[in-house]
Amino acid sequence: MEQNNDGSLALVRHVVLVLSGKGGVGKSTITTELALALRHVGKKVGILDVDLCGPSIPRMLSVGRPEVHQCDSGWVPVYTDAQKSLALMSIGFLMEDPDEAVVWRGPKKTALIGQFVSDVAWGELDVLLVDTPPGTSDEHLAVLESLKKHKVDGAVLVTTPQAVSTGDVRREITFCKKTGVRILGIVENMSGFVCPHCSECSNIFSKGGGEELAKLTGSVFLGSVPLDPLLSASLEEGKDFTTSFPDSATFGAISSISQSLLKSLESD
Amino acid sequence: MEEMTQNDYCPGTSSEQAGKSASCEGCPNQQLCASGATKAPDPAIAEIGEKLSVVKHKILVLSGKGGVGKSTFSAHLAHCLASDGTKEVALLDVDICGPSIPRIMGLEGEQVHQSGSGWSPVYVDDNLAVMSIGFLLSSPDDAVIWRGPKKNGMIKQFLRDVDWGELDYLVIDTPPGTSDEHLSIVQYLSSTNVDGAVIITTPQEVSLQDVRKEIRFCQKVKLPIIGVVENMSGFMCPKCKNTSQIFPPTSGGAEKMCADLNLPLLGKVPLDPRIGRSCDEGKSFLNEVPDSPAAEAYRRIVQSELSFSAHFL
Repeated sequence: MEQNNDGSLALVRHVVLVLSGKGGVGKSTITTELALALRHVGKKVGILDVDLCGPSIPRMLSVGRPEVHQCDSGWVPVYTDAQKSLALMSIGFLMEDPDEAVVWRGPKKTALIGQFVSDVAWGELDVLLVDTPPGTSDEHLAVLESLKKHKVDGAVLVTTPQAVSTGDVRREITFCKKTGVRILGIVENMSGFVCPHCSECSNIFSKGGGEELAKLTGSVFLGSVPLDPLLSASLEEGKDFTTSFPDSATFGAISSISQSLLKSLESD
Repeated sequence: MEEMTQNDYCPGTSSEQAGKSASCEGCPNQQLCASGATKAPDPAIAEIGEKLSVVKHKILVLSGKGGVGKSTFSAHLAHCLASDGTKEVALLDVDICGPSIPRIMGLEGEQVHQSGSGWSPVYVDDNLAVMSIGFLLSSPDDAVIWRGPKKNGMIKQFLRDVDWGELDYLVIDTPPGTSDEHLSIVQYLSSTNVDGAVIITTPQEVSLQDVRKEIRFCQKVKLPIIGVVENMSGFMCPKCKNTSQIFPPTSGGAEKMCADLNLPLLGKVPLDPRIGRSCDEGKSFLNEVPDSPAAEAYRRIVQSELSFSAHFL
């Protein structure tokens, strides 16, 4: 028996939250791509998906709906590869019917997240990414509460460029400050779209909002990821974008963001 | 009873565990909760029923997924309805943690005023009223870090204590998910007639899989579904006029989902950078670029919605 009271996060080196006040800006996309990019450079990565009402990661990593097993030290995460370099735990795995709605109020969500965070047998990981639902409410407080004993390195904030989105992310920054979570940086997603037919760049959701927000709030700007139908398609099909399109500008952006993140984690 | 304690681990005053769970120890309301009094139907439900009896149509805008355009659609639905000067329209934003409606309606920085008959909503036009928690915050940096019970209290106040007056349409914009806000709004509206919900999605399966859950939610709580809108449906390059599927409908998009679930597809709205820009500037896209395909699509959708609501009453 090698149970330890530190819980299952004892061998996890870095814990990073992926947050955004706004929904649909690409938190799960960025989480997935960062995980793949970190694995690409040889790191062992875990993803904890605490979006109880809309878990997207299982589909983005194409792991289907495996049964979750238990071992002595807790729930065994689902591995996406034989080398066990990418581990995943999501509420999606606990649902019998994928279309079933999780119609839960806060206290029930809080209880499950508590369990999720403390009872998964992650084993040894370089980075654990925690993907969250939009907002500043029950799930977010629950994650922080449950991680209290363990050190959270900080949060990556995701936004899209338009003001309607950065407005919500400003609130998330206040949330981080109030709860003492360090902001590792801001990522601007859906930043411009290059027409595959004529190469004209259209700023469908405006441009530069993420960088401006970073300046305004004194945060690090990690970089921007363009709108790329190939990326959307990879996520839909659960393919590894980082190996399918290693030469694309989008991959370049993602990999540079993951490098900056890694540097910031390791400089501590 | 108005503000029950906001104990961090409160199981909820109406839950089975109310007054009994370990976290109830030491809470000043433990006895009250344990007595079962808090499990009785909230008297506010009847008050809200009374208050909203002069609102002819109530339409919820829902989506399981965030960022698919619920607020954009709600705002334009309200604008479109209010373009008929004889109709009184109101837009209520129950997204407590991420209120976007004030900016989209061009009302950032506005504050709510208290009058004898309750909170006065903020008016965009004589016949278009708006209410959002955004009007209660003092700075754009203010975060509303609230757990469920407190959010529910706010929604109750929005429905009961806002001086809506007589309305033809009340459009309610919601946050993503199927949780506190959604349960509360449905519960608090349970003694009124709700026309139904318009469900917004984007074309990809990653979005549809969340939206199917929302549809299941509607069925569970017996909320009629007016129809589904597919937003961000294709993008026509302004230069070469070719269309790209930025969010590809790999599983057949909303069309297939609607056919599978036997729901009406109200329409598809293409991506257009001018929509986002109008929202950022707080202007109505329908007035800014009235002859664009997206504006055309919006108007058609509102027409189908109207013909649905016409059968209501």
